[in-house]
Formats: sequence, C-alpha cells, structure tokens
Amino acid sequence: MNFTLKIWRQENAKAKGRFETYHVTNISPDCSFLEMLDQLNEQLIQQKQMPICFDHDCREGICGMCSLYINGRPHGNDTGVTTCQLHMRRFKDGETIWIEPWRAKAFPVIRDLVVDRSAFDKIIQAGGYISVSTGGVPDANAIPIPKENAELAMDAAQCIGCGACVAACKNASAMLFVAAKVSHLALLPQGQIEAKNRVKAMVAKMDELGFGNCTNTGACEAECPKEIKITNIARMNRQFYKASLT
Amino acid sequence: MELNSKIPSGSLENKWTQYRAHQNLVNPANKRKLEIIVVGTGLAGASAAATLGELGFKVKVFCFQDSPRRAHSIAAQGGINAAKNYPNDGDSIYRLFYDTIKGGDYRAREANVYRLAEVSNNIIDQCVAQGVPFAREYSGYLENRSFGGAQVSRTFYARGQTGQQLLLGAYGALSRQIHLGNVKLFPRTEMMNLVIVDGKARGIITRNLVTGQLERHFGHAVVLATGGYGNVFFLSTNAMGSNGSAAMQAYRKGAYFANPCYTQIHPTCIPVHGDYQSKLTLMSESLRNDGRIWVPKDKETAEKLRKGLIKPTDVKEEDRDYYLERRYPAFGNLVPRDVASRAAKERCDAGYGVGATGLAVYLDFSDAIKRLGRKVIEERYGNLFQMYEKITAENPYETPMMIYPATHYTMGGLWVDYELMTTIPGLYAIGEANFSDHGANRLGASALMQGLADGYFILPYTIQNYLAHEIRTPSLSTDLPEFAEAEREAKERIDAIFAIKGNHSVDSFHKRLGHIMWDYVGMARNKEGLTKAIELIRSLRREYWKDVYVPGTPYEFNPELEKALRVADFLELGELMAIDALHREESCGGHFREEYQTPDGEALRNDEKFAYVAAWEYKGNEQSPVLHKEPLIFESIEVKQRNYKE
Repeated sequence: MNFTLKIWRQENAKAKGRFETYHVTNISPDCSFLEMLDQLNEQLIQQKQMPICFDHDCREGICGMCSLYINGRPHGNDTGVTTCQLHMRRFKDGETIWIEPWRAKAFPVIRDLVVDRSAFDKIIQAGGYISVSTGGVPDANAIPIPKENAELAMDAAQCIGCGACVAACKNASAMLFVAAKVSHLALLPQGQIEAKNRVKAMVAKMDELGFGNCTNTGACEAECPKEIKITNIARMNRQFYKASLT
Repeated sequence: MELNSKIPSGSLENKWTQYRAHQNLVNPANKRKLEIIVVGTGLAGASAAATLGELGFKVKVFCFQDSPRRAHSIAAQGGINAAKNYPNDGDSIYRLFYDTIKGGDYRAREANVYRLAEVSNNIIDQCVAQGVPFAREYSGYLENRSFGGAQVSRTFYARGQTGQQLLLGAYGALSRQIHLGNVKLFPRTEMMNLVIVDGKARGIITRNLVTGQLERHFGHAVVLATGGYGNVFFLSTNAMGSNGSAAMQAYRKGAYFANPCYTQIHPTCIPVHGDYQSKLTLMSESLRNDGRIWVPKDKETAEKLRKGLIKPTDVKEEDRDYYLERRYPAFGNLVPRDVASRAAKERCDAGYGVGATGLAVYLDFSDAIKRLGRKVIEERYGNLFQMYEKITAENPYETPMMIYPATHYTMGGLWVDYELMTTIPGLYAIGEANFSDHGANRLGASALMQGLADGYFILPYTIQNYLAHEIRTPSLSTDLPEFAEAEREAKERIDAIFAIKGNHSVDSFHKRLGHIMWDYVGMARNKEGLTKAIELIRSLRREYWKDVYVPGTPYEFNPELEKALRVADFLELGELMAIDALHREESCGGHFREEYQTPDGEALRNDEKFAYVAAWEYKGNEQSPVLHKEPLIFESIEVKQRNYKE
C-alpha cells in the first residue's frame, strides 16, 4: 500500500509548527500504524534528516504512551485500540493521512507529535489512590467485594492514561480520566474512607491545570481506546456533589 | 573477589525471620538524612521507592518514560502467584518454593526463593488494600487460576491486565509519596553512568531526555530496578524502550553480571509476519488453562494448512496431534514455558508447523467454548481475544489462534547477595534486573511476585542493614571529582556516537544483532553456533562504531540517540550472553545446549560441574570477562531431573 502523510513538525515547545508532506510506499496491510512510521523514519535517516518524533513504548496497547491524532481522531479510525494496535489494513491504498499531536492547553508539545502529559500524574498525585502504607493490612479475603462491583471497578481501572479523552474533547476536559480513577476507588469498600477528599482534591487539581469543563458531548467515551464509559463521569459528579454538600 | 552471598544461617524456614530479628535498622531521625536513588518505576522500582518514602528516607526516582505508570510491568497479563491456598487444593509456602526451584531447573538460590514464597501472601494483602480489582467469585472472595509448572491454582489475576493493575497500585502508592514530598520524581530521564566514591555507589549521571542536559545526582545508596535485557533480540515481547544499559553501566564499574545466558522464550506469542515488524505480542500463558495446543499429525495436512488450501477447523479430531498432552500427560498444556517453547520448535522444525511461514502452532479454544460457553471464555480472556483479532484480523472464537515462541524475559541479571546488593557496596538490583530467584527458567506469574516482593517487602529491610553504617556520611557534593569524571565518561560516549556520522540507522544494526542472537543464542544453542555468534557480534560491534548514523544533536529531544546508546550496550551484552552460553556445557531451563539432552529430547543438566551461578567480572573494553562461581547448595530439596510427564 502507498500513502501520502501530512505530519505536524515542531522542533520544540517554543517553535512554530507546520504540516509537512511525506510519501511511503510498499507498506504491508498487516503493519501497525507505528511500524509504518518506523519505515518513514528509516527513510528519513537514510536521507540524513531528523526523523519524526512520536511517543510509544509497549506497542501492545497497554502502556498508554502512544498518542497520535489521525485524520481528526485520537488513535485513528478503529475503535477500542491505541495507535500502536491500529493496522494499515484500516486505511485505503493511496489515502492521504493527517497526523497531529494531542491538542490541549494542559498538554504542551515537546517535539513534533510528542506532548507533555505530566498533568495527569499531578492529578493522580493529588489523591488518586488509597492512602495505605506497606505492611499492616488485613488478609486479602477479609474484605469480600461483590463481584459486580469488582467488575465495574475493573472496567474503570482499565484506563491507560493516554489522554485520548482530552484530545477528543472540544473543551479539552479531563473528566473521563479523572472519573475513571474516582469511580474505580469509589466502587470498592477500601476506597470509601477517603472518597470525599479524593474527589474534591482531584477535581480541584484538574481545574488548576487548565483542563476544560465537561459539556456531555460524549466524544471521550467514543474515542477511549479502553472503552471507558461516560457513566463514570456521572458517578464522579454524584461523588462530587455528595462531598461538597456533606 | 570472593562472592559472599550472605545467606543467613539456620533452617530454611527461619532464615528470613532470623535475619529481620538481628539486622541493623535506621532510626526515624536518621532516615530523614539519608538519600536513596531508585532507577526505574516498574513493579520493583515503584514499590521500592514508595515504601522507602513511607519509611522516611529521602528518595529520588527516575524513569525514561513520560510517567512512572508506563513501565513495562504494565504489560504483564496473566497474574501473580501467592501461596494463599484459598482454593484448599494443597498449596503451601513450601510448595510454591519447591515449584519455583524445580521450574528454574535447580539453578536458583534456595534461601532467596524460600523468602520469595514466604512474602508472596503479604503482596496479595497489600494489593487488595490498595484497591487492586482482582477477579472475584460471586461470594465476593478472591478467585484463582492455574499457571504452568504448578498443579495447584495459586494465581491471582485482574482479567488479562494483572500487571497493569498491580503497577497502577504501586504507582498510586508512589504518587502519594511524591505528593507528601518524600519522593522526587524525574520522568523522561535516563541513567547514563554510575558514580562510585571510595568504593561505594554514591550517585548517578542522568540525561534529561527533553533538553539533552547531563545531570548529577547523589544518593547514599543506589537501587537499580531497570528490568531485563530481552530486547537484545530486537524482536521480543519487551517494550521498545526496555534496555540493559543501566545494568551494563554497573557491570563496567565492577558489578558482576550473573547467568546472562538464561533467557526465557515464551511459548505463546503471535508469530512473526514481516521484516518491518517492531515487536512481538504475547498471548498470556493463562490461555493454556483452557486452550489446547496442536499441530496436524501428518505433514501433508500441515502443508495444505500453510498454503491456505484448508482451514484448521477442517482438520478432524483424530488427525490432530496435541503434542504437549501426548508428551507430558501429568501437566499437559501447562508445562513450564521452556518445555512448551522447545516442543513447539521441535514440531515446526520437523515440518508440522502451520501458518504462512510454517513457524506457528495452534492454540485452540473450541473444546473450552463447548464445555463452558462463549460467555465464560469471554469473561476470562476477552481482552486477549480482542487484542489477537486486532493484530491478526482473525477471530479466535471461531478459528484457533496461531502462536510461536518469542523472547520474553531474562532470568540472568546483576549478581546480588541475599540482601539484593550487587558486588559494588551500596548498589542494589531488584526485580528482573537481578538474577536471584528464577534460576534457569521463570514460572508464569512469578515475575510480578518477585518485583513486588523485592520492592515492598525485602529491599526496604535489607538496605537498612547497609544504611545503618552510613548515618555519619553527609550528603556529598556533586562537585566532587568522581561525579565530574562519571559525567565526562557519559559525555564522551555520547560525543563518540555522534562523531561516527556513518551511513546506517541504529535499527538496522539492532535488527542484525537480533538475527544473530535468535539464530545462535536462542531456543537451541550449540558450541559451533555460539563460537560463531561471538565472532559475528564482535565484528558487528566494530562496524557499528564506524558506520552508525545518529541525526540531530545531543542537546535536544532525540530518540535516535537514546536508541543508539542502548544498542551500543546490547552489542556488548549479546557477546556476554554468548560467552556464558558457550561456557555452560549443560542444558538447564531456558538454556538448551543441543549437545546435552536426554534420549527423548529433554534438557540434561550436569549438576556435578555446573551447579553454580556464573558471575562475570568486566575486565575492560574488548577484554574477556572473568568467571566467578557461586556454588548452589541445596539443603532442603532433592535435586533431580525435572519430570512433567507423571
């Protein structure tokens, strides 16, 4: 397969960015999107040019490092996958593909397609955990948890922190990311004790870091590679009101 | 230097208790004055940094990724072992210890493995308290499943994402300590060199991956939790950034490298399909609980399957060879990984392989779906099936998966004593970065166990036995000549790589190294091949330092430079692996020497000559390393040939 690529290039955070055009040929349909970019980079290195910088690591859809905005959609046109698991068979031969970084005030560009997502770490640091130190905890089976709650908690806990929800949202809101962690812990008895403080601290940090508000468009749910449900946002809102009112 | 493993005296069951009762501790006021560097934020690094922070030490933690949550522990799928015996099926600490020693083909240290089994239960308690959403029964109690090399169900899991959930638990604990100011986090920062002052590890040199600046960091002790070196094969189940560079930096500074040849080739990975491929994707071993592995009984059928003339579902039951069930009736599809991998290679080499390349076998769920229904299978393995379908465009609910072995884990690593300290005082190695617990083969669901055991429950104790003697050592200035010298070495290496200005990309060399490693230092090895591999790697290394091309400059965000430095280290590590494999004239676990096998093709150990840990000492650039032996003494179990047949 052959493709024309329009790729965002930007030397560093302060430089002005622009789209540049590249061509790749003879690409296997079984090749992943990132492997297609590897081949372009190999080409650029042969020509002694600077290859395209993009974040990636595990290449099996779980580390949350890869982050491309492809033809106007985070992680491209497949559902339930990250960019590393998007395969070229999902594209038409000869197609022009537009590739951009995540665009959000809270995710400044580092270089080309690489952005700084440390804002997510800061939100978790504000309270996205149970404050238990190592040792001195009860036997694991001393805390029975209804299977349905454990399953719902796991649904939310699957978030990989990639930031597709923020990139998809017209307001660049981090509500789905924050709600996934709040929900995961709120659904478990271990998480109850700190529930109020947790939701307040995380929401305050989210606002402080420049993420936008939620206007219920649902783009985040549609684009989440782990298919995390927007009902988690409803659960977080409930938690938040409860915490604010009591 | 004489290797002193510092194994406490006393009976096996009492060693760890006795150790803790008598070790030195550091009082709270002194803890505040002591600084510890932790490199790596996977299960071992994150849990260690968090726990040391909780104890009151001043901790600095480093990762090359943009967040600690990205470390490759996140990708572990199947589960974590513990000797809880919740299913009441006969498990115990001793049995977990025994299975691990046997699974490792009697090449691990008894005392370490027993301690690992002992603390395994605490890990599960800890993780549940953190809110890790393990799988549960309808009663609300925890569910278990079984893994290779065990006859009990002792594996706890969170769907097919156990590593992710455990890492996020440790990341939560770490984030809490960062919030409290006890731990300082340095993401997108890579270790470049180790600093030694008066014979003790006292700091590291790092490179800020965004700006390219070299930085100096002091610590009273340094902990490496930098993972394994499976990427020496280029294609592996490791993340793209996983590397052996921190271990090699320590090795060049005097830390011994133990058993580098022990690599694990995982039996259930999606087969290789093209030369553009960048990594191999693992399909969790847990699939072998319900999946049955087979190839056709005759070569003509295999040929037709390879050409796509017939489908696997067309092959009748009586024409299928469930070769693991046939060869190993007692363990069947749940034999240890090394055994399953070699059996797949044997069938494919003999001409029974399937898939377009003939380098694949089937993993079939049709019986399990008939027995349990599609819904149960979906609950157990849904995300794995989805992952398989996305990659291969085939639906494993309808047609068997195709799998083939791939490099997955490295049992070898930096040599450590019972306290997890390397041969450099004050330098520790934990998790996959050390060699200590898995012998020549790791059992499934034991990597997560070891990472968290080291980080939560072992290192935070043992490091105090060292730090108790350091309470009078002030925080050293990073202006000391030792820091300047270590930084100069790092800068020289970077400058030397840029100075080459050759014609070929880093990846092109890495792929060539990978082919050499896979062909001669892979699943089956022999004297001739290993001798050849050493020559080939040496000449490739020479070529690399003359002809590699790295674009850009050192002082910018430059992923090609990061790769170039890692591959330079792999080119040395690959040779060390081949040297170790050549010297070990026996077969054990993941190390299979074709010259040493039983008449029915099983690994044949030589306990008389090789019941030792091979610890290699660096002797300088292009010099042969020197071998040191730590004898393995088995006091509690009888050493015998592994038998998974009856």
